[in-house]
Amino acid sequence: MWKKIYIWLDERLGFDDMYKMLLDRPEPHGNWWNTLGSASLFLFIMQGVTGIFLTVYYTPSPDHAYDSVQYIMNGVAFGWLIRGIHHWGATLMVLVVFIHMLRVFFSASYKYPRELTWMVGSLLFLLTLGMGFTGYLLPFNQRAYWATVVGTNIGGVVPGVGPFILKALRGGTDVSALTLSRFFSIHIWMLPATLAGSIGLHLYLIMRHGESAHPTLDD
Amino acid sequence: MASNRISRRDFVKVTTAALGSIMTVAMGIPVIGYLIDPALKTESGEAWIPLGPLENFPIGTPTAFSFTRSNINGWEKTVNSYGGFVIRESDTDLVVLSSVCTHLGCTVYWLEDKQQYECPCHGAHFTAEGEVIDGPPPRPLDEFEYRIEGDALSILFKKG
Repeated sequence: MWKKIYIWLDERLGFDDMYKMLLDRPEPHGNWWNTLGSASLFLFIMQGVTGIFLTVYYTPSPDHAYDSVQYIMNGVAFGWLIRGIHHWGATLMVLVVFIHMLRVFFSASYKYPRELTWMVGSLLFLLTLGMGFTGYLLPFNQRAYWATVVGTNIGGVVPGVGPFILKALRGGTDVSALTLSRFFSIHIWMLPATLAGSIGLHLYLIMRHGESAHPTLDD
Repeated sequence: MASNRISRRDFVKVTTAALGSIMTVAMGIPVIGYLIDPALKTESGEAWIPLGPLENFPIGTPTAFSFTRSNINGWEKTVNSYGGFVIRESDTDLVVLSSVCTHLGCTVYWLEDKQQYECPCHGAHFTAEGEVIDGPPPRPLDEFEYRIEGDALSILFKKG
């Protein structure tokens, strides 16, 4: 019965071909350092899932953001767990993505024909930092507020276009309701969409070129 | 291959499936609890509302009263107003009516000249005791339970 259903679906969807293409690839003899990319992907998915659940109770307005986060932590069953995973997962993701980048650098995996993988990967690292920066404001406590004041001020000291960057980031001259709602929008829509697309490209390039073998002493 | 030895590939498959299932259940149960949490909370909606001494409510004519109740939904506190009429027929015999029209919930008011309540929404009329005279309401005005302690009148407020 199940076998028949599987065969029917496989003839149309091609699970077996997909499995061969995506997962059954020859791999060089690697080590634990080669797992950091998969770990980053896992963390991205986990952040996405817990983030979606947080939006069930979170409200991005200066009047309610702090209270809604307090409610998630103290009022909702397992709210502390969902937010805790999102909070610590964020820190861990920046760390893991960065160590992944260091690994690729030290094993010289960015060389031909994988330069584009490296470039997309660098973009992914910057996007991850962007997620950290925009997400930091959302609890709207004192630390979040002042971190955003300082962080956006840094953009404001760019010669010439500084004041423009500052106002574009804050949605005005002050950190305000507009800052909170645009950071929220960037955090849950724009950056995740860009990240997901770039991750797709990054994975395609990895499948196309395969993983690089670690250099030996002779290299 | 020896018959009762499991291959490395199968071992990895089984272990991955087992760990995956454990992780899914370990995360799935909290997530479901998180999502349905508001549905599992019970609100204690009953409260005795003091309306003051009985002499505030003269015998014979309906006297309006009002009170507010604050309501906390999640992290948001709202204050709702409620009102009604006390109709005192004798020293201890009285009726406490809600001013919420039983048709669509508009607030009825007392017409002194007609000796009726009128609903502003669809022109329904009720007698002083709350019986429907005309209009669309399906049943008489709701009554509050009351108690008298010494001289003080209180009514039982039930949410919903």
